[in-house]
Amino acid sequence: MTLLLGSLQLGLLYGIMVLGIYISFRILNIPDLTTEGSFTFGLVISALIASKGHPFLGILLAVAAGAAAGIITGFLQTKCKIHPVVAGILTMSGLYSINLLVMGGSSNLTLLGSDTVFSVFEGMLSSVDKEIVRIIVAIAVAVITVVILFVFFKSHLGLAIRATGDNAEMVSASSINVDGMKITALGISNALIALCGGLITQYQSFADINSGVGILVVGLASVIIGELFFGRRSVVLGFISCFVGSIVYRYIIAIAIKSEWFPAYMLKFVSAVIVAVALAVPAIKSALKVLSIRQSSMKGGSKNA
Amino acid sequence: MLKIENASKVFAKGTPNAHTALNKINLTLAKGDFVTILGSNGAGKSTLFNAVCGNFILDEGRIILDGRDMTFMSEHRRARSIGRLFQDPMKGTAPNLTIEENLALSYSRGHHKYFGPAVGKKERQLFRERLASFDMGLEDRMQTKMGLLSGGQRQVVTLLMSTIVLPKLLLLDEHTAALDPATAEKVMNITEKIVRDNNLTTLMITHNMSSAMITGNRTIMLDSGEIILDISKEEREKMTVDDLLKKYSEKKQKQFDNDRMLLG
Ligand SMILES: Nc1ncnc2c1ncn2[C@@H]1O[C@H](COP(=O)(O)OP(=O)(O)OP(=O)(O)O)[C@@H](O)[C@H]1O
Ligand SMILES: [Mg+2]
Repeated sequence: MTLLLGSLQLGLLYGIMVLGIYISFRILNIPDLTTEGSFTFGLVISALIASKGHPFLGILLAVAAGAAAGIITGFLQTKCKIHPVVAGILTMSGLYSINLLVMGGSSNLTLLGSDTVFSVFEGMLSSVDKEIVRIIVAIAVAVITVVILFVFFKSHLGLAIRATGDNAEMVSASSINVDGMKITALGISNALIALCGGLITQYQSFADINSGVGILVVGLASVIIGELFFGRRSVVLGFISCFVGSIVYRYIIAIAIKSEWFPAYMLKFVSAVIVAVALAVPAIKSALKVLSIRQSSMKGGSKNA
Repeated sequence: MLKIENASKVFAKGTPNAHTALNKINLTLAKGDFVTILGSNGAGKSTLFNAVCGNFILDEGRIILDGRDMTFMSEHRRARSIGRLFQDPMKGTAPNLTIEENLALSYSRGHHKYFGPAVGKKERQLFRERLASFDMGLEDRMQTKMGLLSGGQRQVVTLLMSTIVLPKLLLLDEHTAALDPATAEKVMNITEKIVRDNNLTTLMITHNMSSAMITGNRTIMLDSGEIILDISKEEREKMTVDDLLKKYSEKKQKQFDNDRMLLG
């Protein structure tokens, strides 16, 4: 039961990070590797402020921190003309030091005894089971985020961002600053990722400087799993599919660990394989098609001969 | 309306590959002028458009649109007053956005609203009316993704996109070249109607000499980055395509057949 509820909670919370990845990879069409840095940035800031007694302010500042990280990456990509992948790596790498700085040089921080957004709501709804309250909080955050994103991506600015990922030249021809759109979108993407980090640390009542390692692959895997269910149709469906993908991913992991198919430390390897295979599917499909065409033409040829 | 003064551009300047794409071009268009541009492949026609749109900054010369010096203005700022169509129907639209979303994007050109829904009731009504005027049934497919339309349909939508907020200058770069003859004619008719109805100042590149001679009110010919012929409407009316070719080969003193092959 705890595993069932726990995976649902984690799936919903990490879903917010998946939204961020979805925005950069699918909507903007830019590989952004800032993720691991911005996730941890949000995490450490949220933990630090919560440990000082301000859990909500911690979440808010985490969002701002993530947005700043994304804007820096965007600036490096567009104004400094650095390759998107390199720009992301630079920000991520630089953030590693900044994150340690935020933590005062130590690599972890416990929030035991400090209030978190979860404990606050648990206190308010003391008659309800704690695990249920956590799910309610996670669902509330998920719904609010999706609604805001939905409205945003139907606005002028949101439309321009979507078009930037689709045909940047046309956006520029519509008198819209393409660089500005990329920077804005990366800011939003990383704000969501940092929001996720900020929530996760308060959820676990613990912050670790290495929490972000491998998070990008988790996000990508979730995006891809979600697309298995929903395809790639509209933006709204895309957002919902992020959460579905994230939850399913958590259950796969939970089942894998429970059944002891492989030790827990192999998790990242398995995730990487899942993502690699899923991304290779179109290539594999077309290779198979060529093969079958060749075979049938060879058959036809021998008949004619 | 448009004034290009002494515009020059050398690509790969200072290398053995240096190439003079624009050579001291002077061109002045009055409001409502519709000029067709001829010239062989590589003559510098698209480069001229690129210069006007700000894809690069000129080495020399100035570009003035409606009294405003745009020589050093950024591309997207210039786009506020310039509409442009390309040969490739894919280039002007976002394939994963719907027709109405594409239109909404270009409809926002010029104003600086960021928030608020991009496609409201009022916009939808306007888009529907404008699309209906083309008689292609596009008004009933406004929620269709742009990528699912045919090249001709896309080009018509792009035409509407670049004129829905009236530009000061419309640039057409062989915008019917990728279409079948019937569709090309239809798109050309729609183009002429839009230009006429709105008295748009227009430059149109084409390789079709006979169509160039009857469209608009002036024809220029580019060669190696220079304007070598500039023919007014009155002159044009008395000329045939052969006259034009003769005039061109006199200028160039090149072999007549060769040119006909290149330009015909
Ligand atoms: N960005 C660039 N860098 C280097 N050379 C360029 C660049 N853009 C254009 N050129 C060169 O300038 C010349 C003119 O090209 P342009 O595209 O303007 O020709 P065009 O008249 O439009 O021809 P076409 O009829 O084939 O479209 C060509 O020789 C081309 O190679
Ligand atoms: Mg050209």
